[in-house]
Amino acid sequence: MNDSALRIVWIYPDLLSTYGDQGNALILERRARLRGIPTEIVHVHSSDAVPVEGDVYLLGGGEDRPQILAARRLIADGGLKRAAERGAAVLAICAGYQIIGETFGDDKDNPIAGVGLLDIRSGRGDRRAVGELVADVDPALGVPRITGFENHQGRTQLGPGTTPLSRTVVGVGNGDGFEGGYAGHVVGSYLHGPALPRNPGLADLLLRWTVGEIPPLPPGWGERLREERLAAAIG
Amino acid sequence: MSKLSLRARLAATLGLSAARLSRATGRGDGSVIGGRVALKVEPDVLAELSRGRQLALVSATNGKTTTTRLITNALRALGPVATNEFGANMPSGHITALSSDLEARNAVLEVDEKYLPMVLSDTKAAVVVLMNLSRDQMDRASEINLLAQKWRFALRGSPAHVVANCDEPLVAWAGLGSSNATWVAAGQRWKEDSWCCPECGGHLDRSADPHWECHECGLRRPEPSWVLDGDTVTDPHGRKHELRMKLPGDANRANAAIALATAAVFGVPPDNALPRLREVTSVAGRYSSIQRGPVEVRLLMAKNPAGWLESFAILDPPPVPVALSVNAQVPDGRDTSWLWDVDYTVLRGRKVFVLGERRTDLALRLDTDDVEFEVIDHIDQAVAKTGTKRLDVVANYTAFQQIRTEWGRVT
Repeated sequence: MNDSALRIVWIYPDLLSTYGDQGNALILERRARLRGIPTEIVHVHSSDAVPVEGDVYLLGGGEDRPQILAARRLIADGGLKRAAERGAAVLAICAGYQIIGETFGDDKDNPIAGVGLLDIRSGRGDRRAVGELVADVDPALGVPRITGFENHQGRTQLGPGTTPLSRTVVGVGNGDGFEGGYAGHVVGSYLHGPALPRNPGLADLLLRWTVGEIPPLPPGWGERLREERLAAAIG
Repeated sequence: MSKLSLRARLAATLGLSAARLSRATGRGDGSVIGGRVALKVEPDVLAELSRGRQLALVSATNGKTTTTRLITNALRALGPVATNEFGANMPSGHITALSSDLEARNAVLEVDEKYLPMVLSDTKAAVVVLMNLSRDQMDRASEINLLAQKWRFALRGSPAHVVANCDEPLVAWAGLGSSNATWVAAGQRWKEDSWCCPECGGHLDRSADPHWECHECGLRRPEPSWVLDGDTVTDPHGRKHELRMKLPGDANRANAAIALATAAVFGVPPDNALPRLREVTSVAGRYSSIQRGPVEVRLLMAKNPAGWLESFAILDPPPVPVALSVNAQVPDGRDTSWLWDVDYTVLRGRKVFVLGERRTDLALRLDTDDVEFEVIDHIDQAVAKTGTKRLDVVANYTAFQQIRTEWGRVT
């Protein structure tokens, strides 16, 4: 790995990348590059060890079986947990969000052990949540209203150690009026779309956590897409 | 077909009348409504219509309509063939297809992936043809691992002869449910859905492509008896056949190899089948060329990441521009996340037009891959600005249908 570059570690694209999850890595890289920050995207396959020296770790969505396999391998490997403990930023989406919690449900809703980066527990709801989602982010994070596409059957309960990422305006999210959760620099969300291309503010939050204050960028296609999707979902 | 019960014959006749009415009033091609009417009259009509015939069911994520057409053309060497050539690939469409030709001894039916187990059980088809499985419209489709599992289960309980692509791990695993399979090495360009062993979930070793193998449970690529290599198909007797298809691209070479293997199961040898495959130039408007003023426009439909990858591989070289059109209506899948699964860097240095109801999503995607583009509102703007005499158009399902409708249907 390059020591001077911002290291974006994409965890298990072979297991957790069902729907455009690569977009989160590409947008982080682009928004860093536009500010003159050199970046490097490291692909970590499920047969590889997870490096501990990364700056931002990304986990995507996955089907039931790959999700369980990914959780088992991440626990056995231990690298992601050590990286989070030393303060690296983590963004985990959908199946990845559930994996970084304490437990999640398999296809029969039996609890499966997660990596335990967030104090959350996920199970299966009665109905699949499918559609556009809009939510207002915790004001402490300084990120404007987020949008994305959710497609999951999970219901997630947050324990006292985890703060809701946002309050849902449209959509299901965690299932209790909130969407996603965070603690320190670890954030989880159900949002595909993918989340960072659809929400430049969320991408910049991860960059601020990693490199400190960053200059704003002139509005581009990402901002335009966000406004278009907000207008479409709210009407 | 003299064994058809009176009730089934009535069902078929009423269904066909409904289909004709639908066509006459300009509502559609009638395939769906006709079948629905027939089902109301006789729920077992599909089983009855299938009795005494040799059926091939064709299923996959991509290439169903084309491969169905190719196999149908090949089997016409034996006489009339009943088929759902307009892509109405659910039971109502199958009923209409079989009702339309009660005398045909052979039938080739395109089948929606989810319906394959049910249609196989109803029709007792003699042959099941499986090409590929990849991510597609995940807001409404089943997880593909689950789909493969259902296929495998259905084939385990059926005497059908399976013709399947052994280079696709999910498809091969499903096909291994059958005790009677012909394996075709037809290749796989899109691999992002098959890094994981379908049997045990372990990481698949694909370092010696096209071979694949799981070191945890031992599942491995079945040995093919038909092999596609470049444009050459080697048959089980070791004889080589140059495909020289009119349809473009590797995906269609794969479809043709599978069609040749299927035709052989029906007793049509490659030398007889191949000239019939070459007659196919366009399928339901796909790959067709349309003259718009001085510009020859080629229409390519791509519904999912694997399809876009195949389309990019057959674009005319620059300076021929390409127009990309994306919608996110229900038939397309309402989530556009899949755009980020496609690598657009191959379009760098080419003139690119972007349109469709989700053109902003596509614009951001291209911008991120450093591809220059121009956003337009209507396909005719791309035609006006080509600067050459040709234009390639790649569009997903409803975006494709919109362009076809505006320019008049072409087949």
